[in-house]
Amino acid sequence: MSDEFEHKIETKADTIADAGSVTSGSTAGIDYVPAHERPDQELYHSHSWWTTYVFSQDAKYIGIQYALTAIGTGLIGLVLSWMMRLQLAFPGLGILEPSSYYQFITMHGMIMVIYLLTALFLGGFGNLLIPLMCGARDMAFPYVNMISYWAFLLAVIILLASFFVPGGPTGAGWTLYPPQAITSGTPGSSAGIVLMLISLCVFVAGFTMGGLNYIITMLQSRARGMTLMRLPLTCWGIFTATVLALLAFPALLVGCIMMTLDSLLGTSFFMPAMISMGEHLSYDGGSPLLFQHLFWFFGHPEVYIIALPAFGIISDLISVHARKNIFGYRMMVWAIVGIGALSFFVWAHHMYVSGMTPWFGYFFATTTLIIAVPTAIKVYNWVLTLWRGNIQLTLPMLFSLAFIVTFVNGGLTGIFLGNVTVDVPLSDTYFVVAHFHMVMGIAPILVVFGAIYHWFPLITGRMLNEGMGRIHFWITFLGSYAIYFPMHYQGFVGVPRRYFEIYDSPYIATSTLHLNVFITIAALIVGAAQLVFLFNLIYSARAGEKSEKNPWKANSLEWLTPEMPPGHGNFGKELPVVYRWAYDFNVPGADKDYIPQTVPPSEVRSAKVEKT
Amino acid sequence: MKKEEGIFKILSQKPWEASQAVIDNDHDGKTFGISKAKLGVRTIMTVSTVIFSLFIVAYADRMLIHDWRSMPEPWLLWVNTAVLIMNSYFFHNVKISADQNNSKEIKRGLYTVGLLAYSFLIGQIIVWYQLLSLGYFAASNVANAFFYLFTALHGLHLLGGLYFWGRVTSKFLKGNYKLPSVQHAIELCAIYWHFLLFVWLVLFGLMLFT
Ligand code: HEM
Ligand SMILES: [Cu+2]
Repeated sequence: MSDEFEHKIETKADTIADAGSVTSGSTAGIDYVPAHERPDQELYHSHSWWTTYVFSQDAKYIGIQYALTAIGTGLIGLVLSWMMRLQLAFPGLGILEPSSYYQFITMHGMIMVIYLLTALFLGGFGNLLIPLMCGARDMAFPYVNMISYWAFLLAVIILLASFFVPGGPTGAGWTLYPPQAITSGTPGSSAGIVLMLISLCVFVAGFTMGGLNYIITMLQSRARGMTLMRLPLTCWGIFTATVLALLAFPALLVGCIMMTLDSLLGTSFFMPAMISMGEHLSYDGGSPLLFQHLFWFFGHPEVYIIALPAFGIISDLISVHARKNIFGYRMMVWAIVGIGALSFFVWAHHMYVSGMTPWFGYFFATTTLIIAVPTAIKVYNWVLTLWRGNIQLTLPMLFSLAFIVTFVNGGLTGIFLGNVTVDVPLSDTYFVVAHFHMVMGIAPILVVFGAIYHWFPLITGRMLNEGMGRIHFWITFLGSYAIYFPMHYQGFVGVPRRYFEIYDSPYIATSTLHLNVFITIAALIVGAAQLVFLFNLIYSARAGEKSEKNPWKANSLEWLTPEMPPGHGNFGKELPVVYRWAYDFNVPGADKDYIPQTVPPSEVRSAKVEKT
Repeated sequence: MKKEEGIFKILSQKPWEASQAVIDNDHDGKTFGISKAKLGVRTIMTVSTVIFSLFIVAYADRMLIHDWRSMPEPWLLWVNTAVLIMNSYFFHNVKISADQNNSKEIKRGLYTVGLLAYSFLIGQIIVWYQLLSLGYFAASNVANAFFYLFTALHGLHLLGGLYFWGRVTSKFLKGNYKLPSVQHAIELCAIYWHFLLFVWLVLFGLMLFT
């Protein structure tokens, strides 16, 4: 890091010539900006193909590397889900062994939550958007940022390597609860689980390096005039999620380290005295509950690590595509920060059936319901932003609308499950599977799609194909409901989660068997629609319609770079100067329906200012 | 260096209002008046604090279970603790000499802190060796396991610090450095060393009294 000490210390006086105020004397009054000293960020310049594209220190390339790796891993997670669905629908065909079914749910769950969504939102969109939206040339510590990506890739490789070790990957469920995770009888209880734990540790280490960059860049290298409260909500979402991740991932790390030692050295951190296959194991006194607390102290904030960037991105998409300023910007920021803080006090709602005292449960039920308040505020504000907006039914807008509906749906079932008395019978049924797929599977994925359709021109200079996009949207949106709505019902009639086959049992209605076939067919169709999307990505990147600059007429800085896609250093010779927030859409009196953040007041004299 | 605004003050700004815009246009885009590297070190220390605190919580929880048997603290641990205290003290001195640009003292000081840090690590390894030869294995009781875990993690943190110490020192010895950057690097290393001393005192105290 110490190379980077240099350019932080020498304050090379670099006065920003203000384009707006110097040109004509008459305008100098209103957009006067005093000349200020500003430390110049010394930019790292790569010299070879390798350092430009592979070992790149440019946040834009790192973001794309993160995104491609995450999506590639996510596709594996998707294929795993197909296999599981086929097994559930047609148990007679014997597609999966019971042990592989467990291994597949575990890998699917972990891949989707950590290696796809966390990596994509923070590593992918974070790297791509933070420097551009803040008006910085690059991240604060580009070298550390690069290492962060390679650590992520290493974590993915270790994770996937566990498919090829003796015993295969771990089948302990994505929650990895000990003692069963490392006790013989669970698939992958020796090599598989250790690789999983090591992979998670590497991921956390790599993420910490990236997270350091995201928050410090946002705090310390914004453009002139860019106050925190002028940042687009995307930045607020990513920022708060990163803070959560830096504080929550340690719990996962601590749990993983201790479990690795239990497994390799035979310590008894989590392992109680046990008899396995008639033999006393050498463990004694360990506390499996301790692991559950550590895991969920990470696990619940993790939900918001995925959700907060999604909230932020969706706010910007809605505002841009409804041509209206976001309703209640400040309240949106408060809600993001408030949700972030509260998310550390709800973890034990995942443990109602773990045997803890019910009083504890009531405390956590209360906090869980409290956290629903800021979340609901956000939903109201999105809807109020749409109210009387000039709604453009573009692809990003369609995905945003779908997100709102899906998120509300998943959120409502979450309120059910947050209550101890309701959760106890429903826990470990398909109701839970339906709930969390709606709220943290489908909803964030819809945001990811919306965001890709929105920012694809920024990355490639071309638009994604609209027709293919619409096919992709409708199949994905309707298909997800076809998959997950029936699961709520299955949960009510008591179909248990994590069962590789629903036997002919008098307690299970036959309708669930038919539903299983229906759900699987829907899942296969939705999966196939993703191939359309992938094809669209590849096709449009090469031969898509060329995009004009700032195709959505947005205000935020990422669209205001001199070239599109932005070049090395992002902003050409002069860094931008910011005069307003990112939401000046349809300002009364202005000639155009949007005023980019860099437009000084003198150029929009007739625009009226909002009073609140 | 500059006005620092409280978080609540920032969060209550109304960025769309004309009067606020005039103030905002004047903002230089930085939230804190400290260098990015310093903020980075603080962030790292925060994350480490969370990690160690969670381990301590786990320790406190696990301690209550019947099979817990405390481990003796070899006298060498006291020596190591003294070494680490001296290490911090000398780092403070290096920082002062760096501020005064006293290059002879800086050089001597950097060597001393490196030497002390490595002797601390070697001392810790000897303690491990002693305990292992007395039969205190990680698997035999969880109190032992916690001891090895704490010392190993603290040692790894120190090794990380030594990496940056190595970079400053070699830069300083090569001579083609800019003074402010070396001063700053030394200051940050010193802060980190004090932090690690604090962590060690907490961990050692915890193991001593339980
Ligand atoms: C169309 C896409 C998807 C399908 C068809 C699907 C299907 C499944 C199935 C069949 C299970 C196992 C249920 C059981 O037997 O208990 C499962 C579990 C799970 N899925 Fe998905 N899934 C999809 C997308 C996602 C996404 C995007 C996420 C991201 C959050 C996700 C997260 C999880 C988690 C955390 C589990 C629990 C694993 C466990 O029980 O340990 N899934 N999914
Ligand atoms: Cu939760």
